Amino acid sequence: MMRVRSIFLAGVVAVAGFAGTLPSSVMAAGDGVKAKSVDWSFYGPFGTFDRAQIKRGWKVYAKVCASCHGLKHVYYRHLLTIGIEPKAMKEMMTSRKMPMIDDAGDAVTRAAKLGDPITAPFANDVAAAKANNGKAPPDLSLIVKARGGGANYIYSLLTGYVTAAACEKEYKGSDGKPLKPESGQSCNTYFPGHIIAMAPPLASEGQVDYDEKGAPKATVSQMAMDVTAFLAWAAEPELEDRKRMGLRVMLFLLILTGLFFVIYRQVWRRVKH
Amino acid sequence: MSANAGHGAPQGTPRGRTANWIERRLPVFSTMEHFSQYPTPKNLNYWWNFGSIAGFVLVAMIVTGIVLAMHYTPHVDHAFNSVERIMRDVNYGWLIRYLHANGGAMFFLVVYIHLFRGLYYGSYKAPREIIWWLGIIILLLMMATAFMGYVLPWGQMSFWAAKVITNLFSAIPWVGESITTWLWGGFTVDNPTLNRFFSLHYLLPFVIVGVVVLHIAALHTVKSGNPLGVEAKTPKDTIPFHPYYTVKDLFGLGVFMLVWAFFVFYAPNFMGHPDNYIPADSLATPAHIVPEWYFLPYYAILRAFTADFFMYWPISWLITAKFAGVIAMFGSLLILFLMPWLDTSEVRSSRFRPIYKIFFWVFVIDTIILGYVGANAPDEVAHIALLGLFDFSTGLTWLTIGEITTFWYFFHFIILVPVIGRMERPRPLPHSISEPVLGGGAVGGGAAAQSRPGPMEKA
Repeated sequence: MMRVRSIFLAGVVAVAGFAGTLPSSVMAAGDGVKAKSVDWSFYGPFGTFDRAQIKRGWKVYAKVCASCHGLKHVYYRHLLTIGIEPKAMKEMMTSRKMPMIDDAGDAVTRAAKLGDPITAPFANDVAAAKANNGKAPPDLSLIVKARGGGANYIYSLLTGYVTAAACEKEYKGSDGKPLKPESGQSCNTYFPGHIIAMAPPLASEGQVDYDEKGAPKATVSQMAMDVTAFLAWAAEPELEDRKRMGLRVMLFLLILTGLFFVIYRQVWRRVKH
Repeated sequence: MSANAGHGAPQGTPRGRTANWIERRLPVFSTMEHFSQYPTPKNLNYWWNFGSIAGFVLVAMIVTGIVLAMHYTPHVDHAFNSVERIMRDVNYGWLIRYLHANGGAMFFLVVYIHLFRGLYYGSYKAPREIIWWLGIIILLLMMATAFMGYVLPWGQMSFWAAKVITNLFSAIPWVGESITTWLWGGFTVDNPTLNRFFSLHYLLPFVIVGVVVLHIAALHTVKSGNPLGVEAKTPKDTIPFHPYYTVKDLFGLGVFMLVWAFFVFYAPNFMGHPDNYIPADSLATPAHIVPEWYFLPYYAILRAFTADFFMYWPISWLITAKFAGVIAMFGSLLILFLMPWLDTSEVRSSRFRPIYKIFFWVFVIDTIILGYVGANAPDEVAHIALLGLFDFSTGLTWLTIGEITTFWYFFHFIILVPVIGRMERPRPLPHSISEPVLGGGAVGGGAAAQSRPGPMEKA
């Protein structure tokens, strides 16, 4: 009995300890707007990435997002590992040049190779900021990990744009007056503070060609979901390996711990205590 | 009848010639025998598992840390990217980094349980004061190490945590500014800061190892305490450490590793903050700067000290509220050093202290609430919610709750502990660890409430 109680108490202490982190880590989108909940294929202990979805997501990224956002921690060779064919990367690799120093010591450019990181849309952060009202658009390599709410938040953001009129009606600024996006600003339900510099990136159906066999219709919601799945992979390319290994490790430890328990009882059998 | 008769080899086991040659020059064999035969009270319960688990985590952290250091670059321009290379291109780099990042939190979890066990069972009382003090020194070193380790990935939270914490020293009158400049190696948190934090983050774990050796040496001098708090008197009260506690520790270690592995493989970023995946930006302050969970209670104590806090009034003519908060934050740990004197009770184990036992648990709850306070914005009204099951407003701001719980924290140590020790009438103690078993005392799970000595805990 005492033992059971001890284990129970240890559990309570542990859970209470972790629960202390909940308020910060559960905080999702800004102003308490709860992100939409999507049943992602990569969620759960056995989750994996949907290869077809990731490929479509890459297309959305390359066609839409990549004009402003970099993906510098992902290399072209990484895309191969998830089944994206070289021909799907070719356009970006040739149209965007990598800077290099040639044999004469001159600064020149060359086409990207598979061993290069995904080529950035701007030469540097200053150029990126100059082209975007003074603030460089964030790199997307880790965006899913870097936002509370993760993939759900990114999907909600991409599909959460509202018109300026709706914005004035629905939301109030910190001064209590109705929110009014200025020129170059948009209004988004899920963005903290609701005023966002990014114009709605996915605005019309069929914006990206989904010409693969069996591909779903390229609705705004579908494109947003696909590109979010792609970005989730970009943020956590190890996810499938991790969960697969996790299962084996947990099973191994479970058996090992069970054996330790049996041996423990066996060894202590004769001790009166 | 004695349970331990015949266990373990007698002292001075015959050895081979080579072994004897070595033994005369370096006592490895007798040391190994000491550890296997170390007489340990036979009634230790599972709360006594956490010391060896902490030792295991320390070693695991050093091993994973050394591997990470092979791939990490301590430079403001490369630190964040080098961590991403570890995550993406180093073989099993993600595994090593997640083990290390979650291992830090696990280390604190284990050590906090170990510490609360010491508080509950009076492990700080004579003759174990030095073990207790060394333990607190280990905790302080761990905190410094964890804080500097958190800065290394050079994400937003890394940078701003470094900024907030180092800025605390600027509250020291007269010399504060100079001290912060000296800590930073410049006029703000920058590359020299990152470099020295990396250097110290590599050094301090080995200092911890040294203090752990002293912690164990002191323990083996005075021997382990036990849940009854009466010293082991005869050989009947003890069993050799090996195999009894090695096997029990292995079982505990298995359970612990399951918890650790769960976080590493299925929720590796649960205890982290999303903002730390944004590279450090000295021009963009995060909306909420929050430390890791294991620092939250201290953070709450620090922030409780505002000009309006009644604990600050008596000293408001002397020092700033910020400095008072800094003193209180460090004081909340340093006060633990005084436990051998603060606790006036003759009885070690709370099992025989009906009043103190209640306030012990109140204190545990108090520290957990302090943790919640530290995680939330001070001006917001506190809601108590649990995963959508319930949600009600307390009507108090987190700051107010933080002030109350901060007060209670110090009230517990400074007033309650000494006063209860004097006033309380402890329950009768058993004469020895073995007595109830040999005397056929009550068996079962009931608390030791009878006039007869309490039943043994089935460890």
